[in-house]
Amino acid sequence: MRYLLRRAGFYLIALWAAITFNFIIPRLMPGDPLQNYIAKLRNQGMSQATIIALRKEFGADPSVPLWQQYLDYLNALLHGQFGTSTSEYPTPVAQILSQSLPWTIGLVGTAVVLSFLIGTLLGILFAWRRGSWYDTTLPPALTFLSAVPYFWMALALLYVFGMMLNWFPTSDAYDLSNFPNGPEWSLDFIGSLVQHAALPVITLIIGTLAQWVLTMRNAMVTTLSEDYLLMAQAKGLPGPRVVFAYAARNAVLPSITSFSISLGLVVSGSLLTEIVFNYPGIGYHLFRGASESDYALIEGGFLILALTVLAANFLAELVYSTLDPRIRHGRA
Amino acid sequence: MQVTNLGESPVETVALVEQAEQRHRGPLLNALRLLSRNSKIATGLVILLLFVLMALAAPLLTPYPPDGPKSQVAHGAQPPSPEHILGTTSLGQDMFAQIAYGARVSLLIGFVAATGSTLLQVLFGLSSAYFGGLIDEVLSLLINIFLVLPGLPLAIVLASLASASGTGKNEFVIAMVLLFTSWAYGARVLRSQTLSLKEREFVTAARSMGEFTWRMIFSEILPNEIALVASTYVGTFVYALGAEVALEFLGLGDVSRASWGSILFWAQLNGALITGQWWLFVPAGLCVALVCGALTLVNFGIDELANPSLRQAIPRKLRKLLKARAVVA
Repeated sequence: MRYLLRRAGFYLIALWAAITFNFIIPRLMPGDPLQNYIAKLRNQGMSQATIIALRKEFGADPSVPLWQQYLDYLNALLHGQFGTSTSEYPTPVAQILSQSLPWTIGLVGTAVVLSFLIGTLLGILFAWRRGSWYDTTLPPALTFLSAVPYFWMALALLYVFGMMLNWFPTSDAYDLSNFPNGPEWSLDFIGSLVQHAALPVITLIIGTLAQWVLTMRNAMVTTLSEDYLLMAQAKGLPGPRVVFAYAARNAVLPSITSFSISLGLVVSGSLLTEIVFNYPGIGYHLFRGASESDYALIEGGFLILALTVLAANFLAELVYSTLDPRIRHGRA
Repeated sequence: MQVTNLGESPVETVALVEQAEQRHRGPLLNALRLLSRNSKIATGLVILLLFVLMALAAPLLTPYPPDGPKSQVAHGAQPPSPEHILGTTSLGQDMFAQIAYGARVSLLIGFVAATGSTLLQVLFGLSSAYFGGLIDEVLSLLINIFLVLPGLPLAIVLASLASASGTGKNEFVIAMVLLFTSWAYGARVLRSQTLSLKEREFVTAARSMGEFTWRMIFSEILPNEIALVASTYVGTFVYALGAEVALEFLGLGDVSRASWGSILFWAQLNGALITGQWWLFVPAGLCVALVCGALTLVNFGIDELANPSLRQAIPRKLRKLLKARAVVA
């Protein structure tokens, strides 16, 4: 329990750091980006009243002391106010984010779970059949594939399977013309959803598979040489039981530890993948925000992503502490 | 090393001969020999060297300018032809010129970001582990926070703010952003390695001899984890290159200047996919993939060098030498 409280404390501090970065960075930049930004809005023909309101929302009023701005900022965040988007004016950023976050979580979640399962199973297989042709050829090949930038892999898959072969749709999260009223609970809709998500998910899986395979394989190789495995085999236990209940059960721990680092990478990859596939997640909106310098949207997007990643990491640690009791009792 | 040992067993003799030769050659040649003997490192380095050469010799390889007012040499996007071996962009610029000159921008940003990031990693990782106590608590917290915060979204925030802050969209800003978001992983790896190294006897010996702290850290501990530093450097380079191309692809760099990322930015903007203009995005992506793949290969090789148990057999030359000695004996 103490362990979990300490971890929860750490994630709270990390979240606070993310928020504070968001507050400080625009104010530390040379040349006052907010000033430039407001000048740009004025050129775009926004009314004076709108600009003053926006200025207030950003808390960039020079007459207010910095600590007061900071407190106001925290207060606004606590009430779920991320400001107003200027690229999709006058939609509040919170609304854009809450509409797009489920898509990103769905994409990243599916990709991470599938990639973890496939990669770990492959790692078990490669370690169990060490030295076979697939153990010597596939891991380097997978590593090379993971060196290919996500968005370029996405472009290539989109080009071959979406454009040339026409197997998969090339944009959106579901068929907008068949379902004009938005998502609904029907088999047709789920089919359309899966069809649209297939290529982005495959892109993400290809990019992350090698890491799971290698981590699992290396841990398995070490575990397989342990005495208790020899014992299990000597007792005459069936092969699958030895592999899964004795070896993999213990070898999977390092993979779960590396979960936190991988998650950040997958989120980054998913942002780029969404942009290429025009998938309506956070990445797509971040891209639009970045190309139209919509800071409220960019910063809100970063905060929501940080919050999601931190929460997912905390979940992973909960799983880890149930799998490895030594962690709970502070002996690892 | 006693001379009387010579000739007792062929293996020892070979080792002694090797050592003598190494002393004779000096450290630089030695390192080169060590690197070229590992086939993975050699392959990776050759690929990397080809790209560096292409970047440096760009004016010799192509007569066309990559960007700027005079860069329009054809009418719109043309598929590859003998004149323009990789075709031309929508603005009629020569694609090969863009790739070759663009390699300068992309490789330089990757290099600057990875080098700066590695310096930070060494500084944070080593001092955190060496000093321990409160310093370690604070630095570890900082490292872990940067580790769990998603890097690319943070980089997007930084780069888009910087591009609006009057500093303009330039390569330096991108390199700094990548430096800032990429150091945490390496710092953690180095920290845990240093934690185990600082308990070793040679460190205790140095300490009892009254060495300065900075000397203890940089000339006792650091040289012993140089392989780890090298592999995190290469890893950071791969990350920085990928992230740099990604940021430029998002239009957060200087898109008027040719680089691998901005080539892809224009390809996406002009709908190269929908119109089937594959030559607008295939070459740049392949270059990134090849460079990253080559660097990954180098990393595998470094692992093998540092971790002899991963190596498969005795190197061919040494085996030959052994055989020759055995015959003589």
